[in-house]
Amino acid sequence: MKLRDIAHSRTGDKGDISNISVIAFDEADYPLIEAHVTAERVKALFHEVVHGEVVRYAIPSIGALNFVMRQALGGGVTRSLALDAHGKCLASALLDLEVPDRAV
Amino acid sequence: MKTIRIGSGAGYSGDRIEPAVELAEKGDIRYLVFECLAERTIAIAQGAKLKDPTQGYDPLLAERMLAVLRPCHEKGIRIVTNMGAANPAAAAAKTRDIARSLGLEGLKIAAVSGDDVLETLKSGEHRIEETGEPVSAMAGKLVSANAYLGAAPIVEALKAGADIVITGRVADPALFLAPQIFEFGWSMEDWDRLGKGTLVGHLLECAGQITGGYFADPGVKDVAGLARLGFPIAEVGEDGSAVITKVAGSGGAVTAATCKEQLLYEIHDPAAYFTPDVVADFSQVRFTREGPDRVRVAGATGRPRPATLKVSVGYRDSFIGEGQISYAGPGALARGRLALEIVRERLALTGVEATELRFDLIGVDSIHGSALSTAGGQEPYEVRVRVVGRTGSLKEAQRIGNEVETLYTNGPASGGGATKSAKDVVAMLSALLPRELAKPAIEFMEA
Repeated sequence: MKLRDIAHSRTGDKGDISNISVIAFDEADYPLIEAHVTAERVKALFHEVVHGEVVRYAIPSIGALNFVMRQALGGGVTRSLALDAHGKCLASALLDLEVPDRAV
Repeated sequence: MKTIRIGSGAGYSGDRIEPAVELAEKGDIRYLVFECLAERTIAIAQGAKLKDPTQGYDPLLAERMLAVLRPCHEKGIRIVTNMGAANPAAAAAKTRDIARSLGLEGLKIAAVSGDDVLETLKSGEHRIEETGEPVSAMAGKLVSANAYLGAAPIVEALKAGADIVITGRVADPALFLAPQIFEFGWSMEDWDRLGKGTLVGHLLECAGQITGGYFADPGVKDVAGLARLGFPIAEVGEDGSAVITKVAGSGGAVTAATCKEQLLYEIHDPAAYFTPDVVADFSQVRFTREGPDRVRVAGATGRPRPATLKVSVGYRDSFIGEGQISYAGPGALARGRLALEIVRERLALTGVEATELRFDLIGVDSIHGSALSTAGGQEPYEVRVRVVGRTGSLKEAQRIGNEVETLYTNGPASGGGATKSAKDVVAMLSALLPRELAKPAIEFMEA
């Protein structure tokens, strides 16, 4: 299934750093997300866009992960040549990630 | 336990105005806060102030104040805002004039300044955070440097009886934290409460982004009534507990999910959210639904504030030139690609000096790049060519848009809707300044 089936997401920006949250609709799905949505996968997914490191923070109290991606906004929101200078659309790409179906 | 209700009347400078009026009239709030300063706003406003010393504040200040001053005055609602931008004193004077024109008497207005640290930064041995370069090396390009002030000067203004507090650069959550500190008499070293109050500020500072705005995804996350979205209200207690809600009958929704998205918006390490007042810790936060459009928030805390203040540094960076043109119908994609090839060759052939160039096909790969954008596999019905580049002069930047526009008569068949632009770019970097070097000041005026 797609990550979008079990999680929602929002992107934020500061300078040249983008952060993307991944939040389980149902907190019971959080362990699945934590196991399969790793910093390495996110870095690989955005290899064309993100040129710096990707760090993952876990916030289990709300069933969420937060990915902080450096050198991700074309040199910074205020000087980027990109159409979406803030990288606000990145969250939607992340939700297209494949994750294994829940164990029955 | 004493509680107060704080409303958030704007999430950015250009935000809708009538949700703020709705909050003032029907929100049963004691404070109305407007957060209106984006990263680059002050740097641009500084230019306006240099041309005219009565300008340099938020362009929508007059319209906002005209809309909310009367209901706020009638209900005893105090206003806190960073709409002062580069010129809080001029913004306060303008607000005073508007109050007088509305026949509102006895309003006390405070202008908080002292965030402008450009001269301090130039004279000391400070470095740019992102590059490590000494600030002095960029002196000729600098246009502004503003320290993120904390809640203290706003609290002081409220203590002095200000009905309206207008600031320049202040940490966004501090605009909301200050009324809580003032109302509940919190110590400026009560890190746990300051952490909790900062969370309330963080959740409210983008206004509609916690009441269902920026959330809807039809069929997956539906939100009703976005055309008349209600802005948020925080009901905070003196122990730092809080409930997020909105005006009954307004559009949108306050749910645990909308709160979670906003909690992590523009956050890096959730256990260390740096502000001038406290290093807040959001890593143990929980949201609980208490009723329709009522969500209780708990679990934030904080640690001692940092010794330095973040300074937002504006500088003249470069020029950007851009051109766009559309193709539609059968073969649109191939014609769009041909157009990009032609412009690429023309820019080289005519020697346009660009340090960075981008060739996008809007509708195909302009947002996420080519690797992520091919997933669908279907050819789009229409595409829009976009060529954009960075140059050292405005004249050079204009040549980029011109090379797209000339596709009309020299490029592929049936291109339409060409547009071009060229602009100078004031960009932002940051520096850290020992906090004692920023000296907040307050000026009072009466209507």
